Amino acid sequence: MQRALTLFRRRVIGSIPVLLIVVVGTFFLLEAASGDAVDAYLAAIGGGDATLIQSLREAYGLDQSVWARLWLYLSSLVRFDLGYSVAFGRPIRDLILERLPNTLWLMGSATALSVSLGTALGIVAGARPGSATDKSLSIASLALYAIPSFWLGLVLSVVFAVQLRWLPTSGIETVASGKEGLDRALDIARHLVLPVVSLGVIYLALFLKVMRAGMAEAWRQDYALAARAKGLSRPRIVLRHIARNALLPLATMIGVQAAGMLGGSVVIESVFAVPGFGRLAQEAVAGRDAPLLMGIIVTSALLVIVVNLVVDMTYALLDPRVGASGGA
Amino acid sequence: MSAPLLTIAGLGVRYAGAAEPALAGVDLAVAEGERLAIVGESGSGKSTLALAIAGLLPAGARREGRIDWPGLGHAPGAGRDIGLVFQDPGSSLNPVLRVGEQVAEVARRHRHLGWPAAFARATELLAQVRLPDPPRLLRAFPHQLSGGQRQRVAIAEAIAADPRLLIADEATSALDTIVQAEIVELLDTLVRERGMTLVFVTHDIALAGRFADRIAVFEKGRLMEAGPAAAVLGRPATAYTASLVASHIGLDTPPLVGGATP
Amino acid sequence: MLARLSRSPEAMVGLVLIALFAATALMAPWLFPRDPLAIVGRPLLAPFTDAALPLGTDRLGRNVLAQLVHGARASLLVSVSAALVAILAGMVVGTLAGLAGGLVDEVLMRIVDAFQIVPGFLLALAFVSVIGPSLPIVVLAIALGVWTAPARLARAEVLSIRERDYVAAARVIGMHPLEIALREVLPNALPPVLALSAVLVAAAVLTEAALSFLGLGDPNIVTWGSMIAEGRNVLRSAPSLSIFPGIALVIAVLGVYLFSEGLSGALANRRVRA
Repeated sequence: MQRALTLFRRRVIGSIPVLLIVVVGTFFLLEAASGDAVDAYLAAIGGGDATLIQSLREAYGLDQSVWARLWLYLSSLVRFDLGYSVAFGRPIRDLILERLPNTLWLMGSATALSVSLGTALGIVAGARPGSATDKSLSIASLALYAIPSFWLGLVLSVVFAVQLRWLPTSGIETVASGKEGLDRALDIARHLVLPVVSLGVIYLALFLKVMRAGMAEAWRQDYALAARAKGLSRPRIVLRHIARNALLPLATMIGVQAAGMLGGSVVIESVFAVPGFGRLAQEAVAGRDAPLLMGIIVTSALLVIVVNLVVDMTYALLDPRVGASGGA
Repeated sequence: MSAPLLTIAGLGVRYAGAAEPALAGVDLAVAEGERLAIVGESGSGKSTLALAIAGLLPAGARREGRIDWPGLGHAPGAGRDIGLVFQDPGSSLNPVLRVGEQVAEVARRHRHLGWPAAFARATELLAQVRLPDPPRLLRAFPHQLSGGQRQRVAIAEAIAADPRLLIADEATSALDTIVQAEIVELLDTLVRERGMTLVFVTHDIALAGRFADRIAVFEKGRLMEAGPAAAVLGRPATAYTASLVASHIGLDTPPLVGGATP
Repeated sequence: MLARLSRSPEAMVGLVLIALFAATALMAPWLFPRDPLAIVGRPLLAPFTDAALPLGTDRLGRNVLAQLVHGARASLLVSVSAALVAILAGMVVGTLAGLAGGLVDEVLMRIVDAFQIVPGFLLALAFVSVIGPSLPIVVLAIALGVWTAPARLARAEVLSIRERDYVAAARVIGMHPLEIALREVLPNALPPVLALSAVLVAAAVLTEAALSFLGLGDPNIVTWGSMIAEGRNVLRSAPSLSIFPGIALVIAVLGVYLFSEGLSGALANRRVRA
């Protein structure tokens, strides 16, 4: 536990400068936008006089210099204050906290699906590298990996929601259904099936491939031969010796893919009209709401950092050698 | 010499995609209770012989000839009837599993024990290979041990099922000289106490001379000569063996033959 | 190496699919010289009913096949350019970091880290929305999300090559570090980076499609993503309008993946033999 804590502290400190780069970089990117949030707001309400423009700019601090505003942004960020959304007329933090849970459910379920199924199929494929089962699973995973998730989402919704009517086409729950407790949870689960599958399939294929490759690599190691020399049962060799070691590269890959999955959920949320974090990003783009977009990017970077911290800790639990001093 | 534990007749092995066979036309018998050293340089086929005896040749390797086990009376099982110790315990032990589990799983499998009994057996085995504080060691991971300690763990695994035959494949080559001597002594004691047959694969003919009853010399997949250790070292029948012996005798080397007690 | 590649069935199937993709893209102006966005018939003509319009027409009566063929052109152009930009930028940054070491390396790699914790697609979305959708901006936006992979790879290669004898020798005879980088290190670091390029092209095809699906592509160009988005409006009545461009996407991406699979297999063999 001690070594996990040391690692944790080191990773947290290491991610601060990286996050700072993200904040400053995004700030200047959005600075380059022609027209600010006030312009967008005025366009939406149909224009306004010079005094209104001036007072709005002052209210949002837009009349100050770039550096003063950057400093202002950073100092409010430390207090978890992300500013105010002009398009929504609400604090950005509230908007994000409202939308984030839906996206976390979507990503969490898609990760659970892709990791569990990908690992299981990867073990089946990697149990005998080069076998017919291995080859067909590898080709199948490559094919799944080539399918764009948003298109898969559309096809699945045509088949399962429009044609078969088994599942709802869009949203996160039935509007004004008055459902409570377990009923409501089941309703949300039904709404999540298609988005989760659409988002998860590409990662399922990826994790299958990584697990399979990890097992093929483990079979080439001396401990694989040693396990056979010990006369252990085949399930024990495959699961406890080979697959157990192949979990290490898999864990790393989950961390690497966290950012990609968050990006993927933007499109999936649009396809299935899930009122989540990704959809908020799209609405920020549509409303030319730079502070909101900025808040979304900073939050997603934080989220990716947190996911990677969890993955690092998991890795440290899976691999006893991490953080150990001395020894080979 | 007692009845043979195993006899090898016309054994040939060719790995998938290899131009030359790894072993060809090998005839050899291993007597019950003897210590046989298999000596040769790398690529001589000596490790292939060890794998062939244990039935662990990789998929795609073609094998011809016969290996019979008159001393056993049934087909041998790796781990149960044959214990193997490999060259580098740093890579032959599974890095992510605790030492206790890796020793206990052999006892559990071949002696049909439950996990608690298997762990108790593992504790005894770790004591028998003279590792300090076995109960604590059960919970250790391989990287927390020294090279010599790891090799002792590997030996504990190999003898966990009380096999009739112990094969040590370059088991001391990755260790430094002092640790090497300790491991050789441990193997010596274990083999004597348990009445196991030992096949000791090594490139070090001097070590073989100190330790083995008989020596079999391999070159390029062929058995060059085999005989009592003293005879092979004292009067090499082939120029190859003579060159191996010559290359190992330094000016300060003590007499080789005196160490090989029957 | 080439012989190995030709013996890999994946690589060969991949190559055929890529050739199909590239040929379609290159010959688009000759196959369908008319503007693919021109109205040619009655709207929502079902596919396989009219020999002149084999895949039918969309909601506005535009030729679906012509759009598909021109879409291949946009897809190929954007994805190959994005991969090139990403590789170029990544190799420059990675090589610089690897050669310079010290503080420069530290700063550059933290920037790489920063790009890796921001979802590439979100960054592309922000970039396009800020600067406005045009072909070069879409290319840059996609490259922003993927240049870190070649950067890390180039740096790792440079670090390993730096220690090798011929670079040390070059240093002894007094070559300038930059000269060493250009003449000795880069050519050696190139093959693994190129093997990565296929994967980058495939990722770029998918990102471009997703961007234009969300309406952030160049509005004057037909892309598969925009076709899917357009077809989505009539998903219930004419699903084929969304399904055809999706199948084209899958075939193109699958071809690139298959080829890269075969290529990395051949490269791995080369390494073992070396």
